Amino acid sequence: MKLNDLLSHQSEWLKDTGPNSNIVISSRIRLARNLEKIPFPHWANQSQSEQSLGQVVKTTQKVNFLKGATVFNLSELDNIDKQFLVERHLMSYEHTQKPDHKAVIVDNEEIVSIMVNEEDHLRMQVMQSGFNIFEAWSIINEIDDALAKELNFAFLLEWGYLTACPTNTGTGMRGSVMLHLPALVMTRAIDRVLAAIAKLSFTTRGLYGEGTQAMGNFFQISNQVSLGLSEDDIVTNINGLIRQVIDQENQARETMLSKNKALLEDRVNRSLGILKSAHIISSQETIELLSMVRLGYDLGMVKNIERSRINELFIITQPAHLQKLESKKLSSQERDVKRAEIVRSKLNI
Amino acid sequence: MLCDICHKNPATVHLTEIVDNQMTELHLCEECAQAKSAQMEQQFGLSDLLAGMAEFSKPQKEAQDLNAKCSNCGLTYTDFRKIGRLGCGECYTSFRKYLAPLLKRIHGSNQHLGKSPLKISRVIKKKMDLQELRNRLKTAIETEAFEEAAKIRDKIKEIERKANEPRTL
Ligand SMILES: [Zn+2]
Ligand SMILES: [Zn+2]
Repeated sequence: MKLNDLLSHQSEWLKDTGPNSNIVISSRIRLARNLEKIPFPHWANQSQSEQSLGQVVKTTQKVNFLKGATVFNLSELDNIDKQFLVERHLMSYEHTQKPDHKAVIVDNEEIVSIMVNEEDHLRMQVMQSGFNIFEAWSIINEIDDALAKELNFAFLLEWGYLTACPTNTGTGMRGSVMLHLPALVMTRAIDRVLAAIAKLSFTTRGLYGEGTQAMGNFFQISNQVSLGLSEDDIVTNINGLIRQVIDQENQARETMLSKNKALLEDRVNRSLGILKSAHIISSQETIELLSMVRLGYDLGMVKNIERSRINELFIITQPAHLQKLESKKLSSQERDVKRAEIVRSKLNI
Repeated sequence: MLCDICHKNPATVHLTEIVDNQMTELHLCEECAQAKSAQMEQQFGLSDLLAGMAEFSKPQKEAQDLNAKCSNCGLTYTDFRKIGRLGCGECYTSFRKYLAPLLKRIHGSNQHLGKSPLKISRVIKKKMDLQELRNRLKTAIETEAFEEAAKIRDKIKEIERKANEPRTL
């Protein structure tokens, strides 16, 4: 697979096929693993980094689930390519920094990705469309077992998998669910919900992971505790928590529909109107307006545009995607023009 | 990624802050990080940064321990305090006594209850088998089933011999 092939491929997290996909965009599990004895990436010298990269890449080729997966060496990618992979949620922004001896391995379906030599030797991730955290866990558990047959992971019975940062020690597991919560934001109930989530040792982040702002009413909720709980417990806890958040969002949607239907219809259709007619539009504004259109679709106010098309627009309007589509570097101003053009063409049908 | 404070400059410094027992990660640009760490130093003392989260209750006595090095990777505990990251898996054993309370504070527990790599699972299973066999041996002797006891004893010896062979873990 070539990096450019991904352009025409629908990302797993935007497929819109999984359970509760009106509210839940995607479910992800990440496992952090390290090789015994070899220093962690930040502390390894050149030859040690080569060793961990070589061992991991060689082993992944033997794992059934990863047969045919593509290895992208970060040192061979240009900046747009790297950002492109970040926009597709196949790797972290951190991974694009200091690209030497780093790789990301991606399966053809974009369900599995493994970052090699990010903060830990392996950061593997399995992504599922919609509310499907148990399935994500069962897939990644199998891949982890297969890799553990070939690789010796740093592990202590007492403390579990050993990671560069002690906040990941134990299961090395982070489960994240990405939600679209426009009604909770509009009814101003979101702060209360997020505060309750924080009390339960879960964190909330924006669309693009750590440190990003909640844009377009998208929130990523993840467990924080990785030690002292089994993987099944962690997944079950996330599942229970997310179920409650979904209920809250549904209630807020119903409340708005019964009390403020006209206001809601106004906002949805104004948003659609701007998207259909703008000639210059920023990425931020696009996401905010698309969020409203997506809500309008969920509530039956937007009829002739399917949700997968709305989802697709969220990603192809991102800076690196625009530049890949155009096959050239675009300035920020050029991107705003191009973005508006693509949005118009996809929505005026 | 942009700085969490100014939202303008790229974030190059990553801090972990503890407020009310909650850890928050901060991604900051150089400038904001300096301002922030000065502020944190004032508020909590630098020891509230993750790198300094481990307790230093007896400073004089532990002064020499801080220079303790991981024999596998050379990282010292002082390095860990500075960068907030360990150097290798062996560091967890080298700095065990500091990390045990630190892990407890981060996670609310320092006992792993999750899965093990399959190879290690096999070793645990062997240990459990051994315990089971010892119990059966005891019962066999108590009930004077000596032929049975001899068989069990041989089996235990066999497992113990294998366990003492160089491990492939
Ligand atoms: Zn800043
Ligand atoms: Zn070490």
